[in-house]
Amino acid sequence: MNDFPTRRRVLAGMGILGLGALAGCGDSNTLSFKYGKDLSNEILGRTFRLKDPQGNEKTLSSFRGMMPMVFFGFTQCPAVCPTTLARAVQAKKLMGRDGDRLQVIFITLDPERDTPEVLDAYVKLFDPTFVALRGTLEQTAEVAKEFKVFYEKVPVGDTYTISHTSTSYVYDSRGVLRLGLSHSLTAQECAEDLLTVMEVC
Amino acid sequence: MKPVATLKALRQSTFLAVALSLSGYAMAQTTVEDAWARATVPGQPATGAFMTLTADSDSTLLSVQSPAAKDTQIHQSTMKGDVMSMLPVDEVSLPAGEPVVFDANGYHVMLMGLVKQVKEGDAVPLTLKIKNAQGEEETLEVNAVARALNAPDHAHAH
Repeated sequence: MNDFPTRRRVLAGMGILGLGALAGCGDSNTLSFKYGKDLSNEILGRTFRLKDPQGNEKTLSSFRGMMPMVFFGFTQCPAVCPTTLARAVQAKKLMGRDGDRLQVIFITLDPERDTPEVLDAYVKLFDPTFVALRGTLEQTAEVAKEFKVFYEKVPVGDTYTISHTSTSYVYDSRGVLRLGLSHSLTAQECAEDLLTVMEVC
Repeated sequence: MKPVATLKALRQSTFLAVALSLSGYAMAQTTVEDAWARATVPGQPATGAFMTLTADSDSTLLSVQSPAAKDTQIHQSTMKGDVMSMLPVDEVSLPAGEPVVFDANGYHVMLMGLVKQVKEGDAVPLTLKIKNAQGEEETLEVNAVARALNAPDHAHAH
């Protein structure tokens, strides 16, 4: 299971390279990930302001010190949303104690049908530490735009489904966007790249 | 000699029994394996059902119905770039002998307007209408057993 380098070993490696003198965060502008996409030079999702199911307003800085992983979806999504959340649970476990710093944030693209109650029950069933965020229709559109997330309501019978970007966006603990994880990656692959983010900050 | 003859007769009758039972199943040309549905949280109005279908002749899945939902449709997940879409399809081809997997990444049954919460272990009845190459229709009754909402998708576990 644990065939990826431990945090300590990678930090030691950084010391050899002369980068490890900093007690806090590394200053590298780019990162090399084995599976995900390096988003270090992208500025996305810096100013979102949405409510959690308890009505508390949350911004990116609410999660400072944690490694936020943001994912967009809707609870009526039968496939990609539950599998992405289940994958996040597995990746968190694979990361061992470092997994405690992973903060999964599920932003609904369907605030009309995803009531705070349904959203809360939904994400908490995967992991009690997962957070769901919800805005008005206008706020949702703004946040999606800020993340360059595509989403579109598609009418189906007398209801609708939503096509949407399935990438998970990962920030380091200072709130710098670092990594994009595609839906096709396994939990193991995600865990390895998430640990790489943690080495930086 | 006599015991051999008896044995032969026994064999023949066994063969006959098998042949009879086969003819009895002649209409059941599609097998359904591993049918399951994803459980929901209270108030969640829709969920998906998954299975593996194998037809013994080139067939077509025409529809899926369920009393568990107001509207049951066959959807297909497709990925364009990093955008996942889940859209209805009219029918699904079931090529002879080829297992067709219904999972998160491909075809799945969408149960929309659930009449009640689907709890883990619940049996969700599905009625599948299938047409074979000769144009004969068969109806299959399947119980999709609900797995936990957070159950991993089997096909996705590489």
